[in-house]
Amino acid sequence: MTTVADKTQDKAQHKTRPTLPGPLGKGRLQPKHQARQGRQDARRRLVVIGNGMAGARAVEEILARGGAEQFTITMFGDEPYGNYNRIMLSHVLSGEESDADIFLNALHWYQDNNITLHAGVRVERIDRFTKYVFANNGHVVPYDVLIIATGSQSFMPPMDGLYTPSGSIKPGVFTFRTIDDTRNMVQHARYGDDPNSHPSDRQRRAVVIGGGLLGLEAARGLQSHGIDVDVVHSGGHLMNAQMGPDGGAILRRSVEALGIRVHTESRTTAVLGTDKVTGLRLRDQPDIACDMVVVAAGIRPNVDLAVLSGLHVERAIVVDDQLRVVDEDDIYAVGECVQHRGEVYGLVAPLWEQAVVLADHVTGTDTSSAYLGSRIATKLKVAGVEVASMGLHGPERDTDEHIVFSEPSRGVFKSIVIRDNKMVGATLLGDSRKVAYLTQAFDKGLPLPEERISLMFDLGGPAEEQGVAELDDDAQVCNCNGVSKKSLVDVVKGGCNTLAGAMDATRAGKGCGSCKLLVKQVVEWAADGAVAEDPAASYYVPGIPLDKASLMAAIRKQGLRSVSSVFAALAPGSAEDAKSKMGLASLMKMMLADQYIDERDARFINDRVHANIQRDGTFSVVPQMKGGVTSVQQLRRIADVAEKHNIPLIKLTGGQRIDLLGVPKEDLPQVWADLDMPSGYAYGKSFRTVKTCVGKDFCRYGTGDSTKLGIEIETRFQGIEAPAKLKLAVSGCPRNCAESLVKDVGVVAVEGGRWEIYVGGAAGAHIRKGDLLATVDNPEEVKVLSGRFMQYYRENANWLERTYSFVPRVGIDRVRAVVVEDAEGLAAGLDAAMQASVDSYVDPWTERDDPLTPGQFRTSLPLTVLPRVPVR
Amino acid sequence: MNAGRNLGPVGQIPFGEGRAFGVDGEQVAVFRLRDGTLRALSAVCPHKGGPIADGTIDQDVVLCPLHQNAFRLDTGCSTTGAEPLTSYDVQIDNHQNIILRTSAR
Repeated sequence: MTTVADKTQDKAQHKTRPTLPGPLGKGRLQPKHQARQGRQDARRRLVVIGNGMAGARAVEEILARGGAEQFTITMFGDEPYGNYNRIMLSHVLSGEESDADIFLNALHWYQDNNITLHAGVRVERIDRFTKYVFANNGHVVPYDVLIIATGSQSFMPPMDGLYTPSGSIKPGVFTFRTIDDTRNMVQHARYGDDPNSHPSDRQRRAVVIGGGLLGLEAARGLQSHGIDVDVVHSGGHLMNAQMGPDGGAILRRSVEALGIRVHTESRTTAVLGTDKVTGLRLRDQPDIACDMVVVAAGIRPNVDLAVLSGLHVERAIVVDDQLRVVDEDDIYAVGECVQHRGEVYGLVAPLWEQAVVLADHVTGTDTSSAYLGSRIATKLKVAGVEVASMGLHGPERDTDEHIVFSEPSRGVFKSIVIRDNKMVGATLLGDSRKVAYLTQAFDKGLPLPEERISLMFDLGGPAEEQGVAELDDDAQVCNCNGVSKKSLVDVVKGGCNTLAGAMDATRAGKGCGSCKLLVKQVVEWAADGAVAEDPAASYYVPGIPLDKASLMAAIRKQGLRSVSSVFAALAPGSAEDAKSKMGLASLMKMMLADQYIDERDARFINDRVHANIQRDGTFSVVPQMKGGVTSVQQLRRIADVAEKHNIPLIKLTGGQRIDLLGVPKEDLPQVWADLDMPSGYAYGKSFRTVKTCVGKDFCRYGTGDSTKLGIEIETRFQGIEAPAKLKLAVSGCPRNCAESLVKDVGVVAVEGGRWEIYVGGAAGAHIRKGDLLATVDNPEEVKVLSGRFMQYYRENANWLERTYSFVPRVGIDRVRAVVVEDAEGLAAGLDAAMQASVDSYVDPWTERDDPLTPGQFRTSLPLTVLPRVPVR
Repeated sequence: MNAGRNLGPVGQIPFGEGRAFGVDGEQVAVFRLRDGTLRALSAVCPHKGGPIADGTIDQDVVLCPLHQNAFRLDTGCSTTGAEPLTSYDVQIDNHQNIILRTSAR
């Protein structure tokens, strides 16, 4: 029998073999020691040196790519444990979590995955020619592929008195790197060096050397044990790796407010005490008496093994874009021990990215995969203070914009650096609500809002972001469809890594849409940055792979006049797409006016029957009542109709109209006939209503005839289609009783017979004050500019994009240039297109006498009793 | 196999739309696709009772008009995570009548 296994074995046995050293120590060479003799396994041997977050993550990624079929896996870990989350050690120190809580992979995980783990064993040398690793307990293990993930160790700055004469670290001095370090600190914090002493026996004092992230966490953690803490920092301000001096000063205030004393620009020269710590000596400053010293002055990569083994090491082990050690075919390295393109990272995010690329190559699943470095954005809570930092701390060039907000009394500091309209750095302290958005802007170079301040504060624009990571699993992300964070995360973890895919699968963001940004953030967070770019995001409708401008150009060029012809000509495989129909129907009606071939199946039910479908499948009927002005005759007729048809609910709407609710579909034509009033358009993605105030004829404050203008605007623009609904208002004075400042188009009369026009306001799912488009001299100009703005919006907004998103996206300056100043020469065309739409208007309720399709108003149930449908 | 119920001329359903029928105590939404073929599903959305026959369709799915849940026209299975609809066998006979078999397939 010749099997692959046999061949491998033969080949292995013919290789030159080094002389294996005998077992070191107390004969601990164990039977499961992987010598090559008698090897039956066809799989290649993967050896991983380092069982920290990088090593274990790399192995997880390899297993996720079917690595268990390709490799037998052996791991060496310096620490005698499974793999734990080093980031959480500060929580263990403070007592918020127990050390058992922070394990990522306990020992049984290694068994479950058939990984041979040598915990508490250090590899001392690699023979990269014969491909063996030599461990400090005598193990000699051959490898085919080797991964080095030795991480870092605490840096001990040079100072006197750190060590006892015997060479060990002086009792009372601690580093803060491992679970053992943490346990030792907790032990010492509780009992001092005398295990029998009681915590309250004496005043205790600790000094932390290092005012960076780790030092501050250590300080806060020790404080929770009732210890008096000083932080000694050699830099000019705290956390100087993450922020500039201004932020550092405010952080200092916040930290000192917690009762932690801070000494900056203070270099430690000596640890005092003969056999145990009694104090610390600083250069040019008084000594500090203490019985505990924690050294948190940075980390240094563990590269001794690599240097001894002849690998290429500069500041750390040098790797290429495949995470392969330079000049080595079979040796990879990952994590903090790695130097990639000159960078050595000390944070966890780059490590995750590296592990993915490494696993792609080690398993051969994607040989084109490349690691190109990480943009570092950190968000953390240091000593109870929220800190986020990315990129530059301050401006570097004359042309860099620097936006700073500083509020020391609340401990809030925000700084953003912008270069060429891209964010190149940010620091947020004490208030990290905008972090998710800023991180995206930083990572992806998103275009920034003109109003820079909205980068720092929510000014009532689209959805406020929260710290997604902090949301509870069961926190409701989409309040319309009741989708929790967990259900979103689950579908992403289940392999659905596009935003559109996750939204489809959960329906999150498919209600009012106000949560879309949050949904996006949750998906990105859950995918750990591995969100697939969604090409469909730029499509006007999902089923046609074109953005709005290209789609409109293609429709014009090919002379397409119906929705079905658009699918036939432009959709992949000429396939119809139900989700695209309504948007296409609206767009084509807008473009072609009376040249549009109106296929009724492309309309949403509301537009087929000119009424708004309700939860029970009945419809609501809103007759036109321009400007919210009615008459005795209208009211009487409405009352009669309501009585005759037993209308279940009569309601005044927010747009100053009367809504008759609960009308069955089959009764709609009769209700309209009895009303004999035009449609009020309370159902479409279209011009809806113009709300008005009383105006100058009655109101003693009124300065302009708001009702008259409102009625004129509504008469002119009634029913025109738009990418989303348009709600307007006209107020007769700046008291704004018609709420003009929060309308898609809002008009305000001001003293002197002038009118202000605001655009892009909202007071629904979002709140946004409209931007002032122009102040004009007469009502005619109001109508011209409103119409031109609405046409510009109709031609350029995305499907379902309300003006409150559209205006800030385009920028009010640009909108004003086009609409008011005609800077692009578009005005005449916009006016003409709007006029064509106005001219082609027909009151849809006239269809009552002559239904356009068979059974247009036939009930679809299941809402009323069966006999209402034709029974055969 | 039963002979099926004659629901009358196919012309009562416009292309690309659906209409509801009561058949043997069941409410059935019958759709006439743009390619002229028919599909039939139970008429009540399992999510919140929406009228499926009022939904927008393409060759593959119908979207419930209330909350845009999508259901495959051939199987009734939801692509948006809702419970499935029942699907029925439906044909056009030689006289252009709709023939529906209510025994769920």
